[in-house]
Amino acid sequence: MILEHRQRESSRPLPAMQATRVIGPGESFRSVTEQISSIVLTRKTPFVWYLIFAISLLAVGMFLLSVSYLFYRGVGIFGIQIPVAWGFAITNFVWWIGIGHAGTLISAILLLLNQGWRNSINRFAEAMTIFAVMCAGLFPIFHLGRPWIFYWLVPYPNTMHVQPQFRSPLVWDVFAVSTYAIVSLLFWYLGMVPDLATFRDRAQRKWVRKFYGVLALGWRGASRHWRWHQKASLILAGLATPLVLSVHTVVSFDFTIAIVPGWHSTIFPPYFVAGAIYSGFAMVLILAIPLRSIYGLQNLVTERHLNNCGRLMLTTGLILAYTYAIEPFTAWYSGDTFEMYVVHNRAFGPYAWAYWTTLSCNVFIPQLLWFKSFRVHPKRLFFIAVVVLYGMWIERYMIIVSSLHRDFLTSSWANFVATVWDNAVLFGSIGLFVACFLLFVRFLPMMSIYEVRELLPFSRPGGGTVK
Amino acid sequence: MTKLTWDNAVLLSPATAQRLGLENQARVNLALRGRSVEASVWILPGQPDDSATINLGWGRWRSGRAANGAGFNAYKLRQSDSFWSDQGLDIKKIDRDFPLATTEMHQAMEGRDLVMEGTLSDFQSDPGFIKKKSKQPAAELSLYPDWKYDGHAWGMSIDLTRCVNCNACVIACQSENNIPAVGKEQVLARRTMHWLRIDTYYEGDRANPRAFFQPVPCMQCENAPCELVCPVQATNHSSDGLNDMVYNRCVGTRYCSNNCPYKVRRFNFLLFEDWVTESIKLQRNPDVTVRSRGVMEKCTYCVQRIREAEINAQVEDRALREGDIKTACQQSCPTEAIIFGDINEKGSRVARLKAQQLNYALLAELNTRPRTTYLAELRNPNPELQKDGAE
Repeated sequence: MILEHRQRESSRPLPAMQATRVIGPGESFRSVTEQISSIVLTRKTPFVWYLIFAISLLAVGMFLLSVSYLFYRGVGIFGIQIPVAWGFAITNFVWWIGIGHAGTLISAILLLLNQGWRNSINRFAEAMTIFAVMCAGLFPIFHLGRPWIFYWLVPYPNTMHVQPQFRSPLVWDVFAVSTYAIVSLLFWYLGMVPDLATFRDRAQRKWVRKFYGVLALGWRGASRHWRWHQKASLILAGLATPLVLSVHTVVSFDFTIAIVPGWHSTIFPPYFVAGAIYSGFAMVLILAIPLRSIYGLQNLVTERHLNNCGRLMLTTGLILAYTYAIEPFTAWYSGDTFEMYVVHNRAFGPYAWAYWTTLSCNVFIPQLLWFKSFRVHPKRLFFIAVVVLYGMWIERYMIIVSSLHRDFLTSSWANFVATVWDNAVLFGSIGLFVACFLLFVRFLPMMSIYEVRELLPFSRPGGGTVK
Repeated sequence: MTKLTWDNAVLLSPATAQRLGLENQARVNLALRGRSVEASVWILPGQPDDSATINLGWGRWRSGRAANGAGFNAYKLRQSDSFWSDQGLDIKKIDRDFPLATTEMHQAMEGRDLVMEGTLSDFQSDPGFIKKKSKQPAAELSLYPDWKYDGHAWGMSIDLTRCVNCNACVIACQSENNIPAVGKEQVLARRTMHWLRIDTYYEGDRANPRAFFQPVPCMQCENAPCELVCPVQATNHSSDGLNDMVYNRCVGTRYCSNNCPYKVRRFNFLLFEDWVTESIKLQRNPDVTVRSRGVMEKCTYCVQRIREAEINAQVEDRALREGDIKTACQQSCPTEAIIFGDINEKGSRVARLKAQQLNYALLAELNTRPRTTYLAELRNPNPELQKDGAE
């Protein structure tokens, strides 16, 4: 029956749009399942995997070492001081949590909007979210002067009868980030259950079968299972959808609620959300492009996906460009000396390099995405994604450091200089992210088997293709 | 004036330094009549051209761990026939720089009304001229009700005309409040712990500038920006209007410092206090908590003195009297520029000072409504002298 379908499909005249379809020609239920599950179960792990994993483990070692030293000595090992009391740790936090946003957008919003193409990239994008949020969540703790009592930011019944101070955006952050982490984790795991069952059924060795069997939670593929599963997915998608907008909005409140010139601005929530999705899609591409070429998945992650991600980056990048443009205007229009000074100082002061790097990486270079030749060309797109991801880190650095280093009283002005530990923890966290992601690719279904199968023409009524 | 710590320096005027091709912190060799010493340059606006000022008493080698090796020994240049000044100093640049630690990196006001000032004639022609400059927003703008103070409401008035930048208040504060000395390395990293600092600004021609001094303790704001951003309620408004800092509740997010427009909050980035040396334990004020690493601290208006006086008054069954409480900075100020007291008490000295026309709040436009306010600086320049371009 499947074979019949397949033959029918392949004997059709190829439409002109063939190259940009969401699933390559000649794929069948069997081939999709085979391609995705073999990566974990049967195929030999590629050498590149071992190579990158070794490098990332080295970075994780550096991370553990520097964090141990941080806990031993205190946050003074970083470059922070008065007036720049927030530095790399907060920059990294905002950057990582922003990266996570694309995963949730793909898995939740695009699901509700019935964008079939997201089915082939949602799983690893969600994994990216989980690991990015995990890295992000560590930084506020590293940043504390007394990290061992971080839980005082959580409202819990205690003998001191003291609760957090709910007017502080940092407390809102705790709620935003923890909600986000929990919903993302549930969504990710729930989505994986049918595929884990597939792995269980296809596993050759007993302990592998047991391993996936436990994770699959007794999934039998009954129609009742599918019905509940679909309902739960939609509910979680509904829960996750507002989170895409709310989490980074709350993160931006960390800045807007403060009276620091350069932070105290109502444009920050949309600015941050757009920036988050922008950097997130950059990360999705940075992960997707090597993955599809290493594992030969060009038929499942097609040029169509690259094209769509490129378009989304272009859109969010333009929103960002708008906010960059409106900031000087608002400062000028406010007539506030301090605001105007910050805008001027950003562009021409000691951190002008950060400002112009931000503009180049986030606005000027990504304009290449207007051209389809850049959107569908994996290497070019990869290059732009790396540039954007770097630019987004520098942007957060610029927002934090260039605003703080020269605020109201000129007597307190001073420049921030990062230390070797600042860099060690940042690059260490990247290593942690990569290591986790590689383990995910090796041991879990990195694409959603059942959702990719939905994209096949014969799994849809009337045999139409998903565009 | 230089705000230098841990080292002395060769003070040169901007023009002289430029002529010699020297910049701040340039390491130089000083040679005078056959004797020489290595030193580091600091450019001081207002220093007379073609002259160098050097402080004595530095460069010691047997004074314990704090003083050893700090600065350079200018006695080496001194000879018995010219004790205090001499001519013919030869300054030669050596390759490397020698870093100098200063507590104030930027000594210009950039056109901001930080130190308000005027001449006596300005004041006589319009006594309210400072009030007109101040941008204090109207009190009724806030949607929230004001704090109510039935008892005392502590406040401070600092007279900028009187301040002579002697730094006695800074040292008094440091010893009263167990404030750690952090060492040169940490000063270079901008982590000085002074709860009270004297901001020094130069205005006008760098060769002949006007200098302004402004002691800045915690402003104890009525609408304190630090209070609402602390996630753990470690900094709170007390019933008498102080911004209390609860050390053992602080987790060290440093958000309060970011949001403090006066940047008076100080953070224990590392373990700055010496908890080990026995002799230092006896040196400390037993009424003030010794802070550990990772907590924020700041000026408390010497809250330990306030509470002690309140308890004493209660024991003696009387009301607090004017002068019962003096903060450490006030006590040590030789010109009585700093006055502390109860602003709820109509006749108190601080209340009368705050009622003056010259009274202004630093950064009033932010509507923080500080308890510490300033009396603007009044000068009475001699018109004869001003003709020469000098002040």
